Amino acid sequence: MNAEEVVDTLASFALFSDLSRPELESTAHTFEEEWFSEGQRIIRQGFSGTGFYVILEGEASANIDGERRAKLSRGDFFGELSILLDEPPVADIVALTPLRCLVLPRTELEGWLVSLPWVSLRMLQAELRRLRTANRWRA
Amino acid sequence: MSEPAARTTERPHPPGTYPVVVVGSGPGALQTSYCLTRLGVEHALLSSDDRPGGMFRHFPIFQRLISWSKPYSPSERGSRAYQRYDWNSLLAEDREHQALVPEAMDGTSYFPSRAEMEAGIVAFAERTGVRARYSCTWESTERTDDGFVLTTSDGEYRCRVAIFAVGMAQPWKPSIPGLDQVPHYVETREPKEYAGRNVFIIGKRNSGFELADGLLPWARQLFIASPRPAHLSVLTRSLAGARARYLQPYEDHVLGGGNFVIDAVIERVDRTANGFRVQVKGTTTPGDQLFEVDDVIAATGFEVPMQDLPELGVATFMQGRLPAQTPYWESASVPGIYFSGTIMQGAVGLKKYGIPGSSGAVHGFRNNARLLARHIAEKHLGIVLPRPEVAAPHLADLLLDEATNAPELWNQVSYLAAAFSSGDGRWSNEGIVPLAHFVDSGPRNGIAIAVETDPSGDIHPAVYVRRDGEVEEHLLRSSPTHDYTGAEHKRELSSIITTIRT
Repeated sequence: MNAEEVVDTLASFALFSDLSRPELESTAHTFEEEWFSEGQRIIRQGFSGTGFYVILEGEASANIDGERRAKLSRGDFFGELSILLDEPPVADIVALTPLRCLVLPRTELEGWLVSLPWVSLRMLQAELRRLRTANRWRA
Repeated sequence: MSEPAARTTERPHPPGTYPVVVVGSGPGALQTSYCLTRLGVEHALLSSDDRPGGMFRHFPIFQRLISWSKPYSPSERGSRAYQRYDWNSLLAEDREHQALVPEAMDGTSYFPSRAEMEAGIVAFAERTGVRARYSCTWESTERTDDGFVLTTSDGEYRCRVAIFAVGMAQPWKPSIPGLDQVPHYVETREPKEYAGRNVFIIGKRNSGFELADGLLPWARQLFIASPRPAHLSVLTRSLAGARARYLQPYEDHVLGGGNFVIDAVIERVDRTANGFRVQVKGTTTPGDQLFEVDDVIAATGFEVPMQDLPELGVATFMQGRLPAQTPYWESASVPGIYFSGTIMQGAVGLKKYGIPGSSGAVHGFRNNARLLARHIAEKHLGIVLPRPEVAAPHLADLLLDEATNAPELWNQVSYLAAAFSSGDGRWSNEGIVPLAHFVDSGPRNGIAIAVETDPSGDIHPAVYVRRDGEVEEHLLRSSPTHDYTGAEHKRELSSIITTIRT
């Protein structure tokens, strides 16, 4: 995937849907790309220092104590709760297929969100949807 | 001692069938070949070059490395602990083969010159008897039922395992309109040829800052630009950032000295009658700008010369520049294909706090190459390597001694770990292992220790415990002198060890 394709892919994700082309290009340069093989763990439950990830291609699962709780795919993101709450991750994230992600180190997430308030709003909406789903599940 | 490689006329490793084939003759390939030989693994070492050295035969362009070798250090030259302070010498078992780069240095800097580094590599090949088949070019690759066939300029090589240590050797430019007309870093002219000229450098990593630093006394004005703000190693606390010794242009910029470091997307580059016009769009400070300059240089990095490996199914990332790898540097998508040398940076490890290992540099990948040889010997060739038993009362001391002194852990912060497994009522020394392998695929019960840095700059031991297949992390406190062998650390670690079943 070349830089142009990464920008085009980001443009199609809800999280980035309000960004201009220069903002998307800047975002693509701010993140780094990583590739994971099937079965590889990307985030480990209870470990410090994890990053923020956006899935470009492939699928992953969120597992708590070995039990699958959610499936993540293209356009989904993970790792932000651990960073923003400064707590170790509560779930493993494991690649279900070959997985291509963009990653931002935890030290850069807050500054990036503050610089792009529309992304923060979209992230808040996504978190609220997750909360609603979790509440329905509990009910 | 074997006959010196450079003086041997007969070319070794003729075409044929070998358990392992290694391609390359830079430090990664030589280190891998040396370690395979020590384990008794028959292999062919092939290189399209005509002598050892790899990239160090030509680069860095200003002829001085950014990795240090300290002639005088707290540890005796040639000892295992000394490797922590000598980032450039390849690793060897015998004293006369160790610490060869400091031996070649003239004392004017603790960063060796390119020529001193090359001399150290050549001396390693000659003294250890590592012999490559030079001027033998790898041309294509095929998969077979039991391995691979590498077609070369000298004929076919069949093997079970292929190791590519071919460097990130190919100049790379991003797809920016007009950039194809611009010279790459490797085509930089003599510095005096830039006298009195305005020079626009694209790229803010080490190669960009190296050029800027070298051209400071000559250029009329320098513009150093890329979309991301400059990452500086002293702030990222890792090799992920421009190294301190190239930061004079950055200081010039922040003190208003007339040279500029610019955060901008390069939109296009056009030739003009007298030079180039560069059109940029600001990132940290929005806005369009045009620069009329005499020269543009693309310090935009390198890529691995993958040849036909992607067609074979080898997955890549970073815009196809690096192969995706397992923690043991095997292709993540084609088993049996491994990578060595600087390409090993494609195995990212845990990358805690965004801090990568040092696998892109000699002091990182020389340790990886030793583990790679052990891994291949055990996994593919059925060689069983010893795992000495450790008396339980000594385990805490051993772990803390490794965290304090092991060069592998300090050269590969948060990537390599010292590991011990437990079972059948005993502890066994697993040696140095990739940390990601231990935490995700390690022994059912065991313990490993690594050295890690957090964003505050705190350098501390991190302990990983595997208990019935589950893994947990314990961060130990730091020490102002990085000495973790005291009573407090021992008490804390011992209380963790007692929770692991043997």
